[in-house]
Formats: sequence, C-alpha cells, structure tokens
Amino acid sequence: MNAYLRKIAAIVAKDLTTEMRSREMLSSMGAFAVLVIFVFAFAFDLRVEKAGRFEAAPGVLWVVITFAGMLGLNRSLAIEFDRGSFDGLRLSPIDRSAIFIAKALGNFVFMSAVEAIVLPLLVVFFNVPLLKPMIGVAVVLGTAGFAAVGTLLAAMANSTRLRDVMLPILMLPVALPALLAAVKCTAGALDDAPIELWGNWLWLLVAYDLALGGIALLTFDFIVED
Amino acid sequence: MARRDAIDLGLTGLTVLLVAAAIFFAFSVPTAQPQTGGDVQRIFYFHVGIAWVAGLAMAVAFVSSILYLWRGEQRQHDIISVASIEIGVVFGIMVILSGMLWARPVWNTWWTWDPRLTTTAITLFIYLAYLMLRSALDDPQRRARFSSVYAIIAFASVPVTYFATKWWNTIHPNLAEGSDFGLTASMRPAMFLSLAAFSLVYLVLLRSRARVERMADEVALLKQHILSSN
Repeated sequence: MNAYLRKIAAIVAKDLTTEMRSREMLSSMGAFAVLVIFVFAFAFDLRVEKAGRFEAAPGVLWVVITFAGMLGLNRSLAIEFDRGSFDGLRLSPIDRSAIFIAKALGNFVFMSAVEAIVLPLLVVFFNVPLLKPMIGVAVVLGTAGFAAVGTLLAAMANSTRLRDVMLPILMLPVALPALLAAVKCTAGALDDAPIELWGNWLWLLVAYDLALGGIALLTFDFIVED
Repeated sequence: MARRDAIDLGLTGLTVLLVAAAIFFAFSVPTAQPQTGGDVQRIFYFHVGIAWVAGLAMAVAFVSSILYLWRGEQRQHDIISVASIEIGVVFGIMVILSGMLWARPVWNTWWTWDPRLTTTAITLFIYLAYLMLRSALDDPQRRARFSSVYAIIAFASVPVTYFATKWWNTIHPNLAEGSDFGLTASMRPAMFLSLAAFSLVYLVLLRSRARVERMADEVALLKQHILSSN
C-alpha cells in the first residue's frame, strides 16, 4: 500500500514540478478564467439588474470553472502525449489505476489553484460574498468530480484525430448533472438557506463523484493499454 | 437462400405486418379526452414505442460494451454497440420530434424543461458525442475500446441526470402531468401493438446495420490483401 501511494506521490510531484518551472498551464487557465469573468460582467451589466447579478453568480462561477477546467485538463494530457512522457508512464511498472489517480489529483490541484483566483475576483466584480465554508465544500466536491471524469475523457480525447476539440463534446453532457448540483449547492450556501433545502444536491454531487469517479478509475486501464 | 437471409426476410415481413396493424389500430381506437389532445393524442401510440426502442437501444449498447471489454474484445460486441447506438440516436431524435408535435397543440409550447425531456436531450447529445468519438478514431481496436468505455460512462450518467433534472424542476412550474396519459382499456391494443411493432423494427434495423458493419470489415480485409500482394 505504501509503495502504491509513493508512486502516486511521485507522479503528482513530477506534474507539480514541471508546472512550477514552466507555469504554462496555470497562466493560460488563469488568464482565460479572468477574461471569462470580464465577459460575463459585461454581458450581465447590459440587461441584468444588480440583484440579478447576485442571482447569476453561482452559475457564472461554475461556467468559469468548467471552461477553465477543460482547458487545464486538455493541456495536462496533451503535454504528456506530446513529450512522450505518457509512454514513459506506461512502460514503467506502475499500476494503471495509480496513473489515473495521480493525473486526476494533479488536475484537481491545478483547478483548485485557478479557483483560488476566480473566487476572490467574483467577489470583487459581482459583489457577492462567495467566500463561505459551505461554498468551499461545494467547489471541492464539484472539482473532484470534474477532475476524475475529465482526466479519463481527456486521455481519450487526446488520442483521437480531433484532439483538444473532442473533450468539451465528450465531457459537457456527462458533466451536466454535477454542474447542476454544484450550482444548486453554491446558490443555497450563498443565500444562507437552511441545509435541508439543498442537502439533496450535495448528496447528488457525492453520488456523482463516487459513481462516475469509480467507473473512470475502473475503465482507465482500457484507455491506456495499446 | 442462405439461412440468415431467410430469417431477415421473415422478420421484415412480420415487421411490416405488425406495423400496418399498429397503424390501423392507432387510428381505429376511440378518440382520447380533449385535455390530452383529442385526436392528436394518437401520436402517443408511436411516441411511446419510439421512446421504448431508444431506451432499449441504449441499454443493449451498454451491455454489449461491457461484454466487449470483459470478454476479450470480440468484434461482434463492438458491431452491436455501434449499430444499436446509431439506431438509438435516430429514434431519440424521432421521440423528441414526435413529442414536440404533440406538445404544440396540447401544451401550447414546443418545448419545456421537464425532467424527462431534459434528460432525453442530454442523453441524445451524449450519444451523438459517441458517434463523433468513433469517427475521430482510425485504429479499429482503439476505436472499439474507447467507444465501449464512453458508452459505459454515458449510460451510467443517465440516471444521475434524470434525478438531477427531476429535483431541479420541483421549484419551477410543472407543465407536464404524470405518466398516466389516460389510456382506457379500449386503447391498450393499439399501444401494445405499437410497442411490439417498434421492437421488431429495432431488431430488423439492428440486424441490417450489423450486416453492413460486417461487410465493411470484409472490404477492409480484402483491401489489405490486395495492397499487400502488390
């Protein structure tokens, strides 16, 4: 068990180190996220009243996370394929599930880093108090689900002819229930509504993470083998 | 005539008969209540059958995808998967269109964000993505493996999507009533005949599409032989 965890840690450390040195993924994800927030701010400014922007904030948050997240997922797998390091991973005596968990964990960390920028920005531009603990819970659960399913689908997408373009087509319909649940949880927490009103959405998010994350873990073998 | 062709011919003949009977009964049973549309309600005899086939096609593809990955990657399971999902996509589009044709006169709207409709639309997108995935992969073995994995994920996400959209809708006004569309005993023959007829249509289409896929395999093999012998 220890050796398994050490292998996962090694791959995650490799991903984090490469990213720290070049910072290409974080900078592109971060810049994209900030620009999308700006676009939404202008889009809603034209027709939506101040109260409406408050209502729209959970949706905007999750749209930004989804799109920036897909950018990151694509880049993280594309870098591996382009540099041939994915073949290196396949040749080494590592259990395929360890590769999946490590990649998903790495993607989760990168998405969380971008969310750490996005949340304060939304507080500033949309004037909504998004820095609440329950919102943090919803963000963590939603990101976990995205990272798990997204890692599997990004690995598939980057092996096709269409590469990057394939991931949104594959991922968005499958990720929709998680998106719905995450938005509902964020909205409930933002309104300070009692947990009984939106607790079932939290359970749905957990169920989605476990079910689809589990399937992704089990089927990753078939994507990686040649 | 080969045995397989004889079975196909027999099945097609039986299907034609059943479909004709279903159409006849759909138009001869008593007209429904005005609140479900009066004569427009007759669409349901086809709408339900089409929906049943779409769901069946997805389930069959789910099972054959699992079998493909589990039982040593046999091409026949992959053939059933792709044939079934193609039919499922066509019937999915048909179920949405037929639903819209009924909804416009009865609910006075083409579309509503009711859980069943939303789930159907999302599921349709997922399976269209499946077909796009297949067309973007050239290597047959990799194509079969990847699309099997995606079909499993797709089918697993359908119940989650359904519950998500169902809970989402409890806050909004609900235009759709329950699942009972007011079928009296006299209407049941039309419904059951339609279900049986469409099931047979699915079977005939599946066999046909699978045969086309097998012929494509043979052509690819012949091509390889000719190219390698030159």
